[in-house]
Amino acid sequence: MSRHTSPVAAVLLIAGLSAGFGALLLPNGCGGGKGPKPANATIQVKGSDTMVNVAQAWAEEYKKVEPGVEVEVSGGGSGVGIAALEKGTIDIANASRDMKTDEIEQAKRNTGKEPKEFIIGFDALAVYVNKDNPLNEVSLDQLSQIFAEGGTITTWSQLGVSIPGVSDDTIVRVSRQSSSGTYEFFREHVLNRKDFKLGSRDMNGSKEVVELVGTTKTAIGYSGMGYTTPSVKMLRLARKAGDPAVAPTVENTLNKSYPLARSLQVYTLGEPEGAVKKYVEWMLSKAGQRILQESGYVPIPHQN
Amino acid sequence: MTAHGPQTPHTVGSRPSRSALAVLGERVLENLIRLSGVSAIFFVLAIFFFVFREAAPVLVSDSFSLKEFLFSVEWYPTSDVNVRYGILGLIVGTACVSGLAVLIAVPFSLGSAIFIAEFCGPRLREGLKVVIELLAAIPSVVWGFIGLTVMSRLIVAVTGAPVGVNVLNGGIILALMCVPIITSIAEDALKAVPDSYREAAQALGATKWQIVYRVLLPAAKNGLLAAVLLGVGRAVGETMAVLMATGHAVHIPRSLLDSVRTLTANIAAELGEASVNSEHYRVLFLTGVLLFLITFMINLTADLVVRGVRRER
Amino acid sequence: MAREPVAPVDPAVRFCETVAGRRHRRSEALARGVFLTMAAAMVLPLLLLVTYLIVKAAPALSLEFLLDVPRRGMRAGGIWPALVGTVYLVLGALVVSAPIGVMAAIYLKEYARDNAFHRTINMAVINLAGVPSIVHALFGLGAFVYAARFGYSIISASLTLAIMTLPVIITSTREALNAVPQAFREACWNVGATRWQTIRGVVLPNSISGILTGVILEVSRTAGETAPIMFTGAVFFKAVQRGDLLPYGLNDQAMALSMHLYTLSTQVPDVPEALPYATAVVLLGTVLTMNALSIVLRFWLRTRKKW
Repeated sequence: MSRHTSPVAAVLLIAGLSAGFGALLLPNGCGGGKGPKPANATIQVKGSDTMVNVAQAWAEEYKKVEPGVEVEVSGGGSGVGIAALEKGTIDIANASRDMKTDEIEQAKRNTGKEPKEFIIGFDALAVYVNKDNPLNEVSLDQLSQIFAEGGTITTWSQLGVSIPGVSDDTIVRVSRQSSSGTYEFFREHVLNRKDFKLGSRDMNGSKEVVELVGTTKTAIGYSGMGYTTPSVKMLRLARKAGDPAVAPTVENTLNKSYPLARSLQVYTLGEPEGAVKKYVEWMLSKAGQRILQESGYVPIPHQN
Repeated sequence: MTAHGPQTPHTVGSRPSRSALAVLGERVLENLIRLSGVSAIFFVLAIFFFVFREAAPVLVSDSFSLKEFLFSVEWYPTSDVNVRYGILGLIVGTACVSGLAVLIAVPFSLGSAIFIAEFCGPRLREGLKVVIELLAAIPSVVWGFIGLTVMSRLIVAVTGAPVGVNVLNGGIILALMCVPIITSIAEDALKAVPDSYREAAQALGATKWQIVYRVLLPAAKNGLLAAVLLGVGRAVGETMAVLMATGHAVHIPRSLLDSVRTLTANIAAELGEASVNSEHYRVLFLTGVLLFLITFMINLTADLVVRGVRRER
Repeated sequence: MAREPVAPVDPAVRFCETVAGRRHRRSEALARGVFLTMAAAMVLPLLLLVTYLIVKAAPALSLEFLLDVPRRGMRAGGIWPALVGTVYLVLGALVVSAPIGVMAAIYLKEYARDNAFHRTINMAVINLAGVPSIVHALFGLGAFVYAARFGYSIISASLTLAIMTLPVIITSTREALNAVPQAFREACWNVGATRWQTIRGVVLPNSISGILTGVILEVSRTAGETAPIMFTGAVFFKAVQRGDLLPYGLNDQAMALSMHLYTLSTQVPDVPEALPYATAVVLLGTVLTMNALSIVLRFWLRTRKKW
């Protein structure tokens, strides 16, 4: 029996290792992690999938600016960020749509603080089709007929388009999941608050929409203009049939001639303080806005 | 297995007794062990309790109808104008993908199990069992990744479908995930058939195939059924692989090449955005309750069936 | 034995083989061929897939890939924070579930009598193993993130993972304990040892390697899970220093390999193709290596047994 390692010794060894491991972790973690802290502050950011890549680029760059501050970034959709902000579990919520009044009320009820909005950039919500699709422009009303519940357009021939090399010309609708701010924005501004037709492919993220449209000749989808790839093209949009169709570009977004120009914002609970305040200010500064622009979005026009 | 306790000897004189501390320590440890033993029940009940607790208020609310929940295809939880919670499309999606998966997996798993149990030499048997175990170890997110990239391109190239993420894609991926569990349990069931059956059949001049088909399969049918059931349970409960490989369309699919969304993927996709304690949040938890009940029923049935097999031995 | 394949036919026997014998042999070869094909149909896809993944991942795989942090919006660089995060989560889950699981298995094997209550416990273990991973995520969200107020953190994620993999440890420990012959225990009781003394002195030392096998298996399963950590503590990105061994505190969220694979393939645009494949290969490699380790350990055990 003495030849076998005593199990008690083994248990003690494992327990000791775990205790040591835990002791190493505790000084790092016992602070809580939210709110202003002198060193090693953690800022939790959650929300829009449209903005998640910009948010990640900011977090990556900010580590070089302020090494003592750690920014944690998650996606999930604008709805996820806003829901977490309402509960008070995060510091900054990214949103590609505005917070609704009942969401603001809920946040006030749960945390006692009113969410404060900061617009940190602009984006054009582009409508994508496959590059082999001959269509170049579409009106908002036609989009509504394609995507909305009760809409009548289901095939490309109804739009007067014939796509080379396909036998079935049913329109393949590519959409986003309901947690997405992009989804909400599209529903409000294109579908006029009607619901989407069932059966669209509701993708997880902005990039997946564009990827699917890029590989499917009969697809049509919507996503931020920063996600474009060589396999797709963006349609010019007309507000009404007969209006001039406008392409999604930086100038058209800033001068609001593109019908689906939208603002990108972050929300904090009340006035931000300490590390969070510095971070938001940095996002609005030249350095932060340069990163926004490199990611394919429209920076805030500078007053100076 | 019954644990027979140590027989307390009848002591006549005094015998060296252990220190009070040792006895106390042992009693504390034994109670800890007993506590851990019942922890499994505790956790299963806790899971059900927590999930049900978050879902319960919606069951008694006026605006929610259980009938509409279960039988309507219209899933619009975030609608501005007309909120509807119908999960029939999701139920059908789960059923289609899991059904296809089991349909594909069962012949191959049974064939492999028969091969391993009856036809192969000991070396090859060990090798195959190792391969099956490794197949079972592949994480579901890797399977989802394979479905999203490799399988979808393959499907588009072979069938010319417009979109590569659909029922077929999910079904094939899930089939590959179910195969290990069905194979190993089926192999156990086949091994459990007494040798006397085989020897009797051989004595009557039966070929190997006849032994398998006429004797072993009927004798092991309970265990094989349990294997299939557990495979179904695995398929129904899978989340990440179907989230990435089935295309997320909420409707009743018209063909194998159509996209669907499953119950599990729906929860994963929408849980983050539902505000805590909102109706949407509770309905998602209700979907979780439904999933829990389905897999519970499947596991219960399979377990009863398997225990029937063990008693026969 | 009836289960061994029929021995190759001696030419002398074949000379006087009957019609029935020949038919018998052919039918057997046919059956063997059919079932072999079915088994191969399982093995081949696995080999093909793994090869394809490795080939696609090759441009990005290197030691630098493992040690470096993600750069340029996660389109370049490595996976270090995700690797470390997975280690944290797995160790956290292990620390909680291994003691409970081993003790539960000891209870079920050594202390429990065969009655309805203990059959229920058995059922509960099987059911716990069958609960869908998303329901575990719901539970983790409701119980640890909200009710226990741990928030989104490594603690919540580890605890959720611990409960999820508890059945694995219980089952494999039970098998290890079952392998110890009852005669050993009876010998101890006959010399007057208490139940616990028997366990501590004889049963556990003889089964500890089997228990270790189960622990390794649990590690591999925990490393691969995504859904439970997605909602309780895993995060899209967190900036850490390259090669930093302790970048996370228990209250922080962490990146994880499985989560990283998910976000790279669904949310980050313009990722060079090799990157998600390389992440998949690292994850797969880790998991398969751990499993292979536990299999090897089991083989070694079998050769060591003296009874």
